[in-house]
Amino acid sequence: MTITTQENVNIKPDTKGGQNNKEGKKAKHVFEVSDLNLWYGSKQALYEVNMKVPENQVTAIIGPSGCGKSTYLKTLNRMVEMVPSVKTSGSIKYKGKEIFSESFGVEDLRTKVGMVFQKPNPFPKSIYDNVAYGPRIHGIKKKAQLDQIVEKSLRGAAIWDEVKDRLNEKAFGLSGGQQQRICIARALAIEPDVILMDEPTSALDPISTAKVEELVQELKKEYSIIIVTHNMQQAARISDKTAFFLNGDMIEFTDTDELFSNPSDKRTEDYITGRFG
Amino acid sequence: MGKALGKEKQMDVQKLIQEKKQKRNVTKQFEKVIPFLLLLCAVISVLTTIGIVFTLLRESFTFFSEVNILNFLTGTDWSPWTGHFGVLPLITGTLLITVIAVIVAVPLGLMSAIYLSEYASDRVRKIIKPTLEVLAGIPTVVYGFFALTFMTPLFQNFMELSIFNALSAGVVVGIMIIPMIASLSEDAMSSVPNSLREGALAMGATRFEVTMKVVLPAAFSGIVASIVLAISRAIGETMIVTIAAGASPALTFDPTRSIQTLTAFIVQGATGDTTFGSTIYYSIYAVGMTLFVFTLLMNLLSQWISRRFREEY
Ligand SMILES: Nc1ncnc2c1ncn2[C@@H]1O[C@H](COP(=O)(O)OP(=O)(O)OP(=O)(O)O)[C@@H](O)[C@H]1O
Ligand SMILES: [Mg+2]
Repeated sequence: MTITTQENVNIKPDTKGGQNNKEGKKAKHVFEVSDLNLWYGSKQALYEVNMKVPENQVTAIIGPSGCGKSTYLKTLNRMVEMVPSVKTSGSIKYKGKEIFSESFGVEDLRTKVGMVFQKPNPFPKSIYDNVAYGPRIHGIKKKAQLDQIVEKSLRGAAIWDEVKDRLNEKAFGLSGGQQQRICIARALAIEPDVILMDEPTSALDPISTAKVEELVQELKKEYSIIIVTHNMQQAARISDKTAFFLNGDMIEFTDTDELFSNPSDKRTEDYITGRFG
Repeated sequence: MGKALGKEKQMDVQKLIQEKKQKRNVTKQFEKVIPFLLLLCAVISVLTTIGIVFTLLRESFTFFSEVNILNFLTGTDWSPWTGHFGVLPLITGTLLITVIAVIVAVPLGLMSAIYLSEYASDRVRKIIKPTLEVLAGIPTVVYGFFALTFMTPLFQNFMELSIFNALSAGVVVGIMIIPMIASLSEDAMSSVPNSLREGALAMGATRFEVTMKVVLPAAFSGIVASIVLAISRAIGETMIVTIAAGASPALTFDPTRSIQTLTAFIVQGATGDTTFGSTIYYSIYAVGMTLFVFTLLMNLLSQWISRRFREEY
């Protein structure tokens, strides 16, 4: 990260929802989403989403199944365009630059905005090659440099001690939780600014989940993290801000403490108190 | 009322199950027979294979009691009607055809597979793949005449070429095996899970990088299998070479000349006025045995390669 980090533990900005804060602290945003609509074919999946994603914080996205959380997350690194029928309107600015513009190459965006998937998806290669994959495709070939990157990334993903003696073994030989941390290490290896995580712990056991959650806390010192989760306790535990989605609408986006203790929208309240979803 | 209806339905189902039970007992007997029937089918095909190999071996054995096996394997002159049984010219003929076919088919087949699996839209794929498979269904005799009456004249515009030659036959054998490589490699590549592609794309890899560094390695064993299978096809291909490559055994790697392959000799031997029980008659089996050894080697090679380089996912 080049920009100095602001206080990131339990800050309570006086602005609500991170929006329209022209005065006050110079809150830095990695993403500014405005009026985002998204359609799968003729079916609209996101409606007029507006959101300013703060830098060096953990932003959680919660909501019932099918409300568009994954869709929204995948829009931020344009992975959603893998589905041929997808159409979008509106604007997403990454650090001030429009990501949908021709001049912002999609590969450049994804080099800055990494992603960790719901199911661990290591490549059928060795642990080392998995982590070195990103740097390699971006042209880093020197063994010494790669060694350094691999170690740093694995340490960053809190898995170095578990795998340092078996870097040449297949990543598939690891447990699900370890595989997921390998995937996090793989994302860290190209040192992105933002890491998107789509339910990264839903396939993991409680201990592995705790490890990943701890890791997320650690990572936000250097990365901005956006995490989709089905688990409201998890959102409350690890995030600074939380967005609540419902049927493709972003209902509420504010400080996590605020959202869980004092939701401003009735539907948010219903959801977090378990009345539906 | 809803409850009553539900109950009624449940009772119906139970009754139906009871009724079926009688039948199920019959089915159970049948279930027991099925494995035996299936085993029988498997045994039949194994026995057939053993029978063929046995015949090949027995007749070849007779041949080798008349012709020294070393002379057969190292001899450079194949003119059975004058008593020369050196198989090398037939082997080089087959190799020449196979090499030309591979040079044509592997790049084209692989590139089609990559296009179909990684780039084509669903709509395009749905048109192209069946078309390719139609190409695979064309009778080889048609390919043979295509080689003789189209390819050869076409090449003759650019070079000195005998009417019967290895080049056009090889190229057309290559064209014949393209669909096989394309289709089987495409299957192997399509079965690489999308999550792997997404993992790479999400790190800023381009589609081509994903193809080369994720999909191809992950599909490697399937691709190798498809190529080896296609090579076996090329080695065993008979009609095209009989029609277009000629019947003049020659120890040469010059593709412009007329040659003869192992298979083409078998055709010649079997259709000509070969007397039953003559040395030429038995030589057909020896040549068949040689062919069999080649395809067997190819199969072993493919198994070894795919085990050695497999990337499991
Ligand atoms: N590839 C697709 N094609 C068509 N519609 C899709 C596609 N992917 C998602 N959708 C639709 O878009 C809506 C949002 O889906 P999305 O996967 O974003 O939900 P989600 O909030 O992530 O749900 P979950 O919590 O179950 O993962 C759903 O109605 C879904 O049916
Ligand atoms: Mg989802």
